[in-house]
Amino acid sequence: MQNNSLYQKKSRPLNIFIHLIIYICASLSIILLIGIVAYVGYRGISTVSWEFLTKEPSAINKTVGIAGNIVNTLYIIIITLAIAIPFGVGSAIYLNEYAKPGKLVRLIEFTTETLSGIPSIVFGLFGYVFFGTSLKLGYSILTGSLTLTLIILPLITRNTQEALKAVPESYRSGALGIGATKWYMIRTILLPSAMPGIITGIILSIGRIVGESAALLFTAGSGYLLPKFGSYGEGLINKVFQPGGTLTIELYLSMEKAKYDTAFGIAFVLLIIVLGINLLTKYLSNKLNVDK
Amino acid sequence: MNKINFSIYGNSKSKRTVEKAASIIFTVCGFIAVIAVFSISLYMIISGTPAIFEVGLKEILFGTVWRPGGLEPSYGILYVILTSIVGTFLAILIGVPIGVMTAIFLAETAPKPLAAIVKPAVELLAGIPSVVYGLLGILILNPLMYKLEIILFANSPDYQFTGGSNLMSAVIVLAIMILPTVINISESAIRAVPKHYKSASYALGATKIQTIFRVILPAAKSGIVTAIVLGVGRAIGEAMAISLVAGNGANFPLPFNSVRFLTTAVVSEMSYAADTHKRVLFTIGLILFTFIIIINLVLNKVMKGGVKNAK
Repeated sequence: MQNNSLYQKKSRPLNIFIHLIIYICASLSIILLIGIVAYVGYRGISTVSWEFLTKEPSAINKTVGIAGNIVNTLYIIIITLAIAIPFGVGSAIYLNEYAKPGKLVRLIEFTTETLSGIPSIVFGLFGYVFFGTSLKLGYSILTGSLTLTLIILPLITRNTQEALKAVPESYRSGALGIGATKWYMIRTILLPSAMPGIITGIILSIGRIVGESAALLFTAGSGYLLPKFGSYGEGLINKVFQPGGTLTIELYLSMEKAKYDTAFGIAFVLLIIVLGINLLTKYLSNKLNVDK
Repeated sequence: MNKINFSIYGNSKSKRTVEKAASIIFTVCGFIAVIAVFSISLYMIISGTPAIFEVGLKEILFGTVWRPGGLEPSYGILYVILTSIVGTFLAILIGVPIGVMTAIFLAETAPKPLAAIVKPAVELLAGIPSVVYGLLGILILNPLMYKLEIILFANSPDYQFTGGSNLMSAVIVLAIMILPTVINISESAIRAVPKHYKSASYALGATKIQTIFRVILPAAKSGIVTAIVLGVGRAIGEAMAISLVAGNGANFPLPFNSVRFLTTAVVSEMSYAADTHKRVLFTIGLILFTFIIIINLVLNKVMKGGVKNAK
């Protein structure tokens, strides 16, 4: 008896099975995320308090705090961005506005790709040898920032380039047509139009800097004290040339020393920062799409 | 006269200087990436090669004993290299099928509201710092592995227990860490497959699953290969997440051995190494860098092939 009716749907157990597998795989990433956030939140929330965020660790006062690491992280974010933004945006402008397509552009694009593929531990070794030893900066916040500059450069370049590509050609010809010079056109027309893209690149870079650890271990080193103010505030500037560990480094070190409470406290803070950055980029890219 | 010229039309000479300066500055910025990659390569080679001459290439690459201290130091990293290769391969073996399936889910089979939950979850997973993965690996994965170890090796008295810090734990952490990369890139590859392929397949009477596996996935092949290559790059270069999870003994990469990866060897010993020991660590860095450059060249080839296919 063959069942060849058009109205009878053939049952395909294999198909159902594969569908099931697809759903299981997809639910895995949600389960992982919820598991991670829940576990870190559960273990970390009891550690995080106002004191934890605003005090430095001290054996005399019996305080455990990450204020020094937060300040170090801010130092590194600001210095790294201050160096990387001009170069990254400039590089994107060159690629999109000045360079003629050819071997050179392909070389630059290939090296930018390569730069974003190099693991952070290799950047760490390079930063340690070049900035730390050859340029004699030693373990310092500046060494760490210079190393991180190389890491986030591709991120800023690529986002700016995408944004520049999205600026309509008519804007350029319009500006040039009424007699603006190229630089004037870039400064007053292109950069403002590309601003959301540039800002997205910057926020993604902040996320990368906050999460980076392997590249900082041998460059910025570790340190958890708040910078000394000094009598005229010179201590704040001197801090740039002193070692300082970011939040992730402190997390790694407390993990090594099996101080898991502190570790989870920091992990909790990091997760909140990551979440915030994620929401912010989402908001910005939505805004960018509406503008189109 | 001159003054009026300046205020209304601008001075053509100063304008030209500004233009020239701008174009030079932007050109220099454009070449920063080239200079950076060039000097990183140069410095890795300069600091990585002395140890090769000092210890001997054969000794380093094919020696199996890692004993940097002691009277007769030995710097063989064969097992370390093998661990990185085997570990990466296993992570890909676990991570890629799950990642590609999730990408199929997001691009093809998911109802809209479900995809709207999974997609942000994947993006968030990508943003979590690697040390956090390491922390969870130590406190969740290692105890689980230890329990498994106790069950498996209960009857072998000469087995050395690792406390759960072994190759398996590291591979699972790596597989989770490459998931977002694989999912995102495969998903955009699947979405880029022209709609009429799918319509033609349905018109011939193929089911949804047949269409996905016989038509869409082959058409998205080059994108999925790109995803795999990027996953390999991510896995082989990861250091902090696995440095405490893998156990750090320079052993042959068997699932329940405490192992040491290229990256974790550098991370764990760099802070106190000196002289030859330190130079060998830089050689390890150079080997890692060579792997990455090879991966990048392959990637470049694959992407170019993809462009040709699309045309």
